[in-house]
Amino acid sequence: MRDTMSCALAEPVLSVRGLKLHYFTSKGAVLALDGISFDLYPGETLGLVGESGCGKTTTGLALLNMPSAPGRIVEGSIVIDGTQVVGLGDSALRREVRWSKISMVFQGAMNCLTPVYTVRELMVETYREHQPSGKPGGRAGPLDHAGLEALMSTYLRLVGLPPAVLDRYPHELSGGMKQRVVIAMALFLEPKVVIMDEPTTALDVIVQAQILNLIKGLRRDLGLSYLFITHDLATEAEIADRIMVMYAGKLAELGTSEQIFGPSRGPAHPYTQRLLASTPRLRRRVSELAFIPGAPPDLIDPPKGCRFGPRCSFARPTCVANEPPVAELAPGHLVACWKAMGDPDYERG
Amino acid sequence: MSAAKPHGASPPRGDAGRTEGSPRIEGSPRIEGSPILVVEDLRKQFAAHRARALVRAVDGISFSLHRGEILGLVGESGCGKTTAGKLIMRLIEPSSGSIKVEGFEATSLGRDEDIAYRRRVQMIFQDPYASMNPHFKIKDVLEEPLIIHGIGASRAERMEMVAQVMEKVKMSPVADFMDRYPHMLSGGQRQRIATARTLILSPSVIVADEPVSMIDLSTRAEILHLMKTIQKDMELSIVYITHDLSTARFFTDRIAVMYLGRIVELGTQDEVIDNPVHPYTRALIGAVCEPEAGRVGLARDLEVKGEIPSASDIPKGCRFHTRCLFATEECASLPEPELADIGGGHWHACRRWREIPMKQ
Repeated sequence: MRDTMSCALAEPVLSVRGLKLHYFTSKGAVLALDGISFDLYPGETLGLVGESGCGKTTTGLALLNMPSAPGRIVEGSIVIDGTQVVGLGDSALRREVRWSKISMVFQGAMNCLTPVYTVRELMVETYREHQPSGKPGGRAGPLDHAGLEALMSTYLRLVGLPPAVLDRYPHELSGGMKQRVVIAMALFLEPKVVIMDEPTTALDVIVQAQILNLIKGLRRDLGLSYLFITHDLATEAEIADRIMVMYAGKLAELGTSEQIFGPSRGPAHPYTQRLLASTPRLRRRVSELAFIPGAPPDLIDPPKGCRFGPRCSFARPTCVANEPPVAELAPGHLVACWKAMGDPDYERG
Repeated sequence: MSAAKPHGASPPRGDAGRTEGSPRIEGSPRIEGSPILVVEDLRKQFAAHRARALVRAVDGISFSLHRGEILGLVGESGCGKTTAGKLIMRLIEPSSGSIKVEGFEATSLGRDEDIAYRRRVQMIFQDPYASMNPHFKIKDVLEEPLIIHGIGASRAERMEMVAQVMEKVKMSPVADFMDRYPHMLSGGQRQRIATARTLILSPSVIVADEPVSMIDLSTRAEILHLMKTIQKDMELSIVYITHDLSTARFFTDRIAVMYLGRIVELGTQDEVIDNPVHPYTRALIGAVCEPEAGRVGLARDLEVKGEIPSASDIPKGCRFHTRCLFATEECASLPEPELADIGGGHWHACRRWREIPMKQ
């Protein structure tokens, strides 16, 4: 368990403020990210959870300034290791940010490896795309052939694969091995921050545990920071130091693993509470699973007030009228909910 | 036939009214307390492209399903659970073995009997986006099985049945949903329609292959809950195929754990999950995360090594010995252990189970 105080004292390696990313569709702008702020500290794993469509993957892509069409960052700032990413040109992003400062393990990437390339060709291509420019003040210049071979072998060994895998094609590898290759490809340009988007979701249980153990070990050995995106709270409980819960493009709750999962208090936001109660448990028999009625809102025309209001069993008039701000409930524990904050208007009913 | 028959009491043969050479599904005598589905030494081999050996996808499994029971077939990719489901559905022909539904052998049916069989054994597929004709309205999706099986005298009568079954899966107001197309529904709603499509035929057995794995987590619980409520009300018998032990714990009565085409452990869900005996079951359970803070930061020691071998090259002896941390030379050299009962309907296939240290 990380010490939250030391987190608060260190400089964040990634700092996001007021981030808004909208998808401009023919039906109108989809407010996919509508003012998200968070920090990621060195050596920390920040979990990002929520239902499909809440903006988890959009957040990941926004950090690379690589929104999928027709998306665009319309407001806010993203500072990664001292570099402001919003507003940077494509070439600068590719040479100075993507993979060298921040990389991403895309959801399902292991099934999207170009089948006609060997692992070596895949890795070399990644290197060529993002290789250091060698500019003054930048990183060291490009590696020669032998240097690159050595680098690739080193990282394959780090993810638990023999360097001979370099000559293999993706179809010759098992699911777990392919995911290890994808992780090696995200790490070998030595970024400080790695976005893991559902890295274990498509894998079998035992392979999932093996990959989680690997991801944990790499963080420790290489001093990485992770933004770990998944829909599965149980996986977050296993890996994350802090958890950020998103709902409909907004932050619902953010807290340490203890604050969210801890036996003492548990989560403060009704959405997190329901999410947790609907997660099936293996080691405890439950006769009923909770669920969240309804579906997330349409983000072209989100509901007034609290976005979770229409599905929340605790909603009162004030929740419909006013949008709750993000408030600090306890040190490091943020929540956007009138009820959790003990708002007087809410209490009055 | 294998020596072990993990069916509890040996089922009475339900072939009293059977005409020689033409097993009928309908009108079979119903024996109270006897299993509704009995699978014995079922095998399926595939000739793999370019591979010299056959792929032994299902390699001799035996189990039974009682009326009103949910049996989980649990295992990793390639363990044969989906093939087993397809065999029970008769979507593919078994290489050998027997499948009996309500006492009648299902592996040697003619075409007409085959259609009658399909009415008795229905399937819910994994992908609610691919399992419905996109050109069909919901009412057509649900009416089609009635037409195929010649149920209902008129369209009006069939629509009445469609409306009833939609109420049952809580797709109300019914009139609102009847004229919609599948693409207008969420994954959870589609899986309710898929459930309704099986229920409308009042089947004896439902094979549900990962029915909630593609549904969003907040809805997953809702669908499982609904399915379980309907299952209790209608006394349905379900084979629930999944890789997810946590949902199996909630949803099933008994669990069969499969590894490389065989059942390695079988028992009530409480027994299998709280007192697992087979090292593979223990490894599977050990790999599952829980949404609790207490476990954070523990580097989990997995009680398993390596990767799952190919089904075309299944290890000799105990098929798990290559990955087992407790295997001895005997596990590789002696013949494969059969399922053995340790009491309370808890079966397992591990020779060394007494010597394996229990982990807290």
